[in-house]
Amino acid sequence: MMTQFIVRRVLYMVPTLIAISIVTFLIIQAPPGDYLTTVVARLEAEGQYVDRAQLDALRSRYGLDEPIWVQYWKWISGIVLEGDFGQSLVYNEPVADVIQGRLGFTVLLSLCTLAFVWAVAIPIGMYSAVKRYSIGDYTATFVGFIGLAVPNFLLALILLYVSHRYFGQSVGGLFSPEFEEANWNLGKVLDLLAHLWIPVVIIGTAGTAGMIRIVRANLLDELNRPYVTTGRAKGLPEGRLLVRYPSRIAASPIVSTVGWLLPSLISAEIIVSVVLSLPTTGPVLLRALESQDMYLAGSFLLILSVLTVIGTLISDILLARLDPRIRYGKR
Amino acid sequence: MSTETIENTSTETGADIGSTGHWKLVWRRFSRHRLAMVSGGILLFIYLVAVFAEFIAPYSATTRFADHQYTPPQVIRPVDTSDGFQLGLFADGYTVEIDETTQQRRVSTDPSQTRELGLFVKGEEYELFGLITWDRHLIGPKNADEPVFILGTDRLGRDMFSRIVHGTRVSMSIGLVGVAVSMVLGIIIGGISGYFGGAIDTAAQRLIEFIMSIPTLPLWMALAAAVPDGWGPLMTYFAITVILSMIGWTELARVVRGRFLALREEEFVEAARLDNCGTFRIMRKYMLPTFSSHIIAALTLAIPAMILAETALSFLGLGLQAPAVSWGVLLQEAQNVRSLMHAPWLLIPGIAVVVAVLTLNFVGDGLRDAADPYT
Repeated sequence: MMTQFIVRRVLYMVPTLIAISIVTFLIIQAPPGDYLTTVVARLEAEGQYVDRAQLDALRSRYGLDEPIWVQYWKWISGIVLEGDFGQSLVYNEPVADVIQGRLGFTVLLSLCTLAFVWAVAIPIGMYSAVKRYSIGDYTATFVGFIGLAVPNFLLALILLYVSHRYFGQSVGGLFSPEFEEANWNLGKVLDLLAHLWIPVVIIGTAGTAGMIRIVRANLLDELNRPYVTTGRAKGLPEGRLLVRYPSRIAASPIVSTVGWLLPSLISAEIIVSVVLSLPTTGPVLLRALESQDMYLAGSFLLILSVLTVIGTLISDILLARLDPRIRYGKR
Repeated sequence: MSTETIENTSTETGADIGSTGHWKLVWRRFSRHRLAMVSGGILLFIYLVAVFAEFIAPYSATTRFADHQYTPPQVIRPVDTSDGFQLGLFADGYTVEIDETTQQRRVSTDPSQTRELGLFVKGEEYELFGLITWDRHLIGPKNADEPVFILGTDRLGRDMFSRIVHGTRVSMSIGLVGVAVSMVLGIIIGGISGYFGGAIDTAAQRLIEFIMSIPTLPLWMALAAAVPDGWGPLMTYFAITVILSMIGWTELARVVRGRFLALREEEFVEAARLDNCGTFRIMRKYMLPTFSSHIIAALTLAIPAMILAETALSFLGLGLQAPAVSWGVLLQEAQNVRSLMHAPWLLIPGIAVVVAVLTLNFVGDGLRDAADPYT
């Protein structure tokens, strides 16, 4: 039953992935003029020699003289079959090479933030639900509202200012200068962890605030159910009662929030990385868009979306493990 | 919180529920939500500022004071004791120092000088609503040669307070326009999806799920970057609004769809259908009015997301461009660490964003609780 569910869910993913690739391709095509005119204009502006033969090779590589669906096919088949994402204008090297190093940090940052959001929001949300209308509950609600209203780049800017001003140190980057170019070793990992928590907290605030509200609402729905009263009447200690029954049922809508949490975390990660100049995808994506380096920008968009879809898939599978109603249901 | 208020109020409103109009009941429930009422007041004030921006701001958004770059903000005093005792609005003067080592000019406030401010003072001429030419400003320096910058100035010596006031118009209206576009899309797609169900519904739901699964900011960034540079400020404004609403409509479509699904089995809809009433007419005349208060609540809750999105895009330099002023455009000035260290007051537009988003959220929450006053 479980394998069947997973297979069906993976098959569902295929049309989504195709749609994502088409949308990305259309965005790559959106700026006026084709890719090569941009390249030529750029090279000529820099006073460089334009090699006709090389141009023609590129032209046939991307099928620029052919209809748009042929271009699409050449682009997507290159990515899927050969891992060739095209050539980046700004960095003047294959897109795949530019992306490689940075993508890892984006994934790491997003996963750490996801863990942070859950680790903070679930206990606070549960506390808020159990001690409803207590001072703690009101504080959590208030802080949650503020967390939702403050744009995370503003938070990053404030932190940047405070740390520069009062602690005389920079919070930018993911590594101290001495580890920047170093090979991976224990020291570098510890250094990374020492830097990582700042962006994690900044990126996680909005998600945490939203999550607290969801946890609270879901648990509140369960707390008044008759089975809870039954458990209490049987003399179960409050703590054990809470963890055993209502929490388990309230857990599945919480796990399913990965579907919206992950896209919003990636969005937040991009803008916060720009402010804190982290070596992740954000700054490169911005630079690519500013200079209309569309193959680079499009590839980022494609990969980030695909990663999000895969993340959602994993959460759906977890959800099905957790909740048999979903496994055996129609969908 | 919502269920509690409902329990409390149902006994009171229940008495005359049959004889009181729907909107009156909604208002009665809403006005009991104190936080929402206070927020509503603040919100009204913000929109008034947006409408009368030219009158409220002492200067235009682009007026430069060449000798006053990076002037720090200062507090306006109601009393002046430098020359006896006077009531009015007073501020300090400014002195310019030149840093020995860096040769940079640094403007700071000088408590030994006093400058007087007044209400309804004569200042720069402007056109209110593009019609009425006037030169009075709500607040400004009494002597035009002695400017006062309440919230400081930026890199080019432009008054931050005036710029924030002018930015209010764009930032607050982009939410409204964007939500209006999303409303049209959301009601049409959500309505068709919920009313007809079946294959159309599945297709629409897949589309919504697809849009929701893509990280929005990169998508917005890519679309905004595709807006040609040659377009004027107004065209860019509308382009950005359309881009924001192209993704923003999904949530509303879900609300509308859910309502239509529930309503289409109701007897009054069945009756209208048997009366040979056209499908579109049934949806518009019979079904939509039954949950218009829910739509208004959902729309209010959708505005903050739009404002935040515009702020983020403009902050990254992909949204509105320099001659246009919005809170996001203003915050872009603070992106550079050095200017941020030098002039932390460049972050003040952020406070405006937070206040606007918070109040809209509270009003939206209040409206959502009030949308169904019969329970």
